[in-house]
Amino acid sequence: MKVTVTVNGSQVAAEVADRTLLVHFLREQAGLTATNVGCDTSSCGACTVLLDGQSVKSCTVLAAQADGCAVQTVEGLASGPDEMHPVQRAFRAEHALQCGFCTPGMVMATVSLLAENASPTEEEVRSALEGNLCRCTGYHNIVRAVLAAASERRPS
Amino acid sequence: MSILGTRVVRTEDPRLLTVGGTYVDDLRLPELAGAARVAFVRSPVAHALITGIDVSAAREAPGVIAVLTAADLTDLGPPPPDDGSGGSEAAPLPLGGPWAEPLLAVDRVRYVGEAVAIVITDDRYQCEDTAELVSVDYEPLLAVVGADAALAGSMLLFPAAESNVAVTGGAPADGAAFGGCDVVVQRTIVNQRLAPVPLEGRAAAAQWADGRLTVWVSTQNAQISRFVLAGVLGLDPGAIRVVAPDVGGGFGAKVGIDRDALVVAWAAKHVGRAMSWTETRSENLVGMTHGRAQRQVVKIGGTRDGRILAYRLEIVQDAGAYPRMGGFLPFLTRLMAAGPYDIPHVEAASSVVVTNTTPIAAYRGAGRPEATAAIERAVDLFAAEIGMDPAEVRRINLVPPGKFPYSSPCGPVYDSGAYTEALDQVLAGAGYQELRAEQALRRERGDVLQLGIGLASYVEITAADAEGGETARLVVHGDGTATVYTGSSAHGQGHHTAWAMLVEAELGIEMANVTVIHGDTDLIPTGTGTYASRSLQLGGVAVHKAAVDVKEQARLIAADMLEASEADLELDTERGAWQVRGDPASSRTWAEVARHAGDDGLAAAVNYTEGQPTFPFGTHLALVEVDTETGKARLLRHVTVDDAGTVVSPVLAEGQRHGGIAQGVAQALLEEMVYDDAGNPLTSTLVDYAAITAAELPSFELLASETPAANPLGAKGIGEAGTIGAAPATQNAVIDAVSYLGVTHIDMPATPERIWAAISGARESQ
Repeated sequence: MKVTVTVNGSQVAAEVADRTLLVHFLREQAGLTATNVGCDTSSCGACTVLLDGQSVKSCTVLAAQADGCAVQTVEGLASGPDEMHPVQRAFRAEHALQCGFCTPGMVMATVSLLAENASPTEEEVRSALEGNLCRCTGYHNIVRAVLAAASERRPS
Repeated sequence: MSILGTRVVRTEDPRLLTVGGTYVDDLRLPELAGAARVAFVRSPVAHALITGIDVSAAREAPGVIAVLTAADLTDLGPPPPDDGSGGSEAAPLPLGGPWAEPLLAVDRVRYVGEAVAIVITDDRYQCEDTAELVSVDYEPLLAVVGADAALAGSMLLFPAAESNVAVTGGAPADGAAFGGCDVVVQRTIVNQRLAPVPLEGRAAAAQWADGRLTVWVSTQNAQISRFVLAGVLGLDPGAIRVVAPDVGGGFGAKVGIDRDALVVAWAAKHVGRAMSWTETRSENLVGMTHGRAQRQVVKIGGTRDGRILAYRLEIVQDAGAYPRMGGFLPFLTRLMAAGPYDIPHVEAASSVVVTNTTPIAAYRGAGRPEATAAIERAVDLFAAEIGMDPAEVRRINLVPPGKFPYSSPCGPVYDSGAYTEALDQVLAGAGYQELRAEQALRRERGDVLQLGIGLASYVEITAADAEGGETARLVVHGDGTATVYTGSSAHGQGHHTAWAMLVEAELGIEMANVTVIHGDTDLIPTGTGTYASRSLQLGGVAVHKAAVDVKEQARLIAADMLEASEADLELDTERGAWQVRGDPASSRTWAEVARHAGDDGLAAAVNYTEGQPTFPFGTHLALVEVDTETGKARLLRHVTVDDAGTVVSPVLAEGQRHGGIAQGVAQALLEEMVYDDAGNPLTSTLVDYAAITAAELPSFELLASETPAANPLGAKGIGEAGTIGAAPATQNAVIDAVSYLGVTHIDMPATPERIWAAISGARESQ
């Protein structure tokens, strides 16, 4: 079937098998490999992207379900090569990533969290990121980065 | 001021944050254009004879390129020969002879997940469908699960070996050792089987072209991978290029090259097609090696005033179905059995058994967390028995400051340490007395939520194979930039940042102008890679020494250029320029010096070895709250000193501690790879395997302590310390929370069910 998705502002149209998962559509048809697959049970969150502004695990969405929708991945966050998104900047400043495999999903989950709750507490951050696994950082610096990004975004 | 020891952010991150890393499945190289996909057919049964494999339906399926089984491995040599060692622990592992492990199962499978066949197709989904068409006839055998079944030996995994015990070692029990003790406590404890779960599972891609094999593999060690590939495939190492692209975590389970990746490499050559394999998580949880899996008996004795006089540790290591590195791990556990204590008599013995479960290998700490968990539990049991504060028992028995270097009765010489200071620093940092007062108050009030305070003091061994060393090559180019080729291998630790810091510190070439390259055997033919917390103290020192070498070469060149005596020259590391002492106007930049160096350029290659490993140490304090009605334990605080010598990058060192602590807490409270009696894995997805999340952890409280090692950077390893200290501290805290009810021990993971059962059992027996 033919699927057309607006990915990071650009239209991507491709003929794909009905069962094609959105994450594979992004990685193979759209050629955007930042979004990773870390499990096969929707448990790890490595594949988190925004679908019409809502965070979804793209391993649990068919490409067909995203037909006609807008998807944002981590590649679409920065406004330029030297202009990282505040969440990306905070992740770097707080050393919130090590191997980087969970990072694109973790960043997108954070963007979604801060859109819903601009001033989360530490406990709210931990609870909101429960569906995103990281095996490297112990989450310590991820939580700090999310709180730092939130405070940077708040008007002073 | 030197950049070393300052809070530098990572150079790796902008790429990882904006376009993502390039892991094996992300490779879009011309060599891999049109690469076929590989799927494995794995055994669904734990123990069975294979009586037939029918691949006809699979071979006829649309789009299939090949379906291969052990019968197709005709172009390979036989499995490793029997080296006649009969399983002595000095023997290279995995064991050959009767214990040999085929690349693909031949006539018998020994664990769920064992590879039986591979299917190669053009399309990812088609590949998984086709794998289901391979029909294997299994004649089930009784599964051997757990140490008791293995030791009983009524069913053998390897009949030719005539035993399920693959390796034994250590000291026989010395009955006299405990004779002088007022108090002796003994108990069996379980250090459970864990799945490493790097977020990127195993993955490999391979291409055979023009008589040369290129393998991209998610590994901690490109050069070791090449060595193993050469041996298995019968190729000259020069005919193989191994590339470790970005690696999404390893934690020890990606040391070297996995057997399934060897099969992919072989298949690419055998079929003559480039191909790529990335396992699913469900495959990963049974196919990637597991860690830990020891049953231990601890026996500890001493005086009523708190002096420990004797300690014995007996280990049964479950090596899983094949004695790979699992055959070696108890050696490390025995080596570190004495822990950080000055105990007159320490003995340890071990047996390694095979069972019908996934093979065991390294997982963050690899044998040392098991040693620490054993003695830290034993010390608490001893303290409880004599009615003394566990902090006080530790203070009495820790190796005192004046005794370094300290010769452990188990063999190693602990290089440097400040063990009692680390304990006191943590107690003060946590407010130990106040916590004990709050605990007493809650007990008095009969609160449902009870506090537990757990301690673990540890010493560990890092760069245990220090004499194996590490390589570095540093080149300063004519444009003033530099390139570091390191034999060490990054998979999240931040090598690229740390190595660039070392170059900037020594040469004044800004980090932004230093490129670090790792994990490509064409560019770096010799090297060892990353495991056992060895990177900084070997690979980092190698970079440092290469920089020192380049600096001395440059001094001669600059002296020639400035027509000055070498002794009068100085390097201004702020500006990155050579000058006659006190005369900045005379300066020559690195670019000018490098260009003047001539055709050979300005470069140095170092293979740095150390005669001795190093011994990091520290103390962890965990504060948990246990709901005595539901059995649920929650970690409230975690306070640590992890002294790994001089810190080059505080940011990276803290990151290693954070991640390590989380994995230790995960072992104490949540994670366990569980099998039923028939050898079926019950935790083979991330729905069932309780990988720890952000919601189950607090922020950590890290205290600083730096006791230098003897190497040029003063550095010890930091990669595994957090895990080693955190698991026993958290476990001890849980038990401490309910000890007033009469509970003396709860095995890890201390799940609500186990804690509730322990509370109920203790109440009933009162």
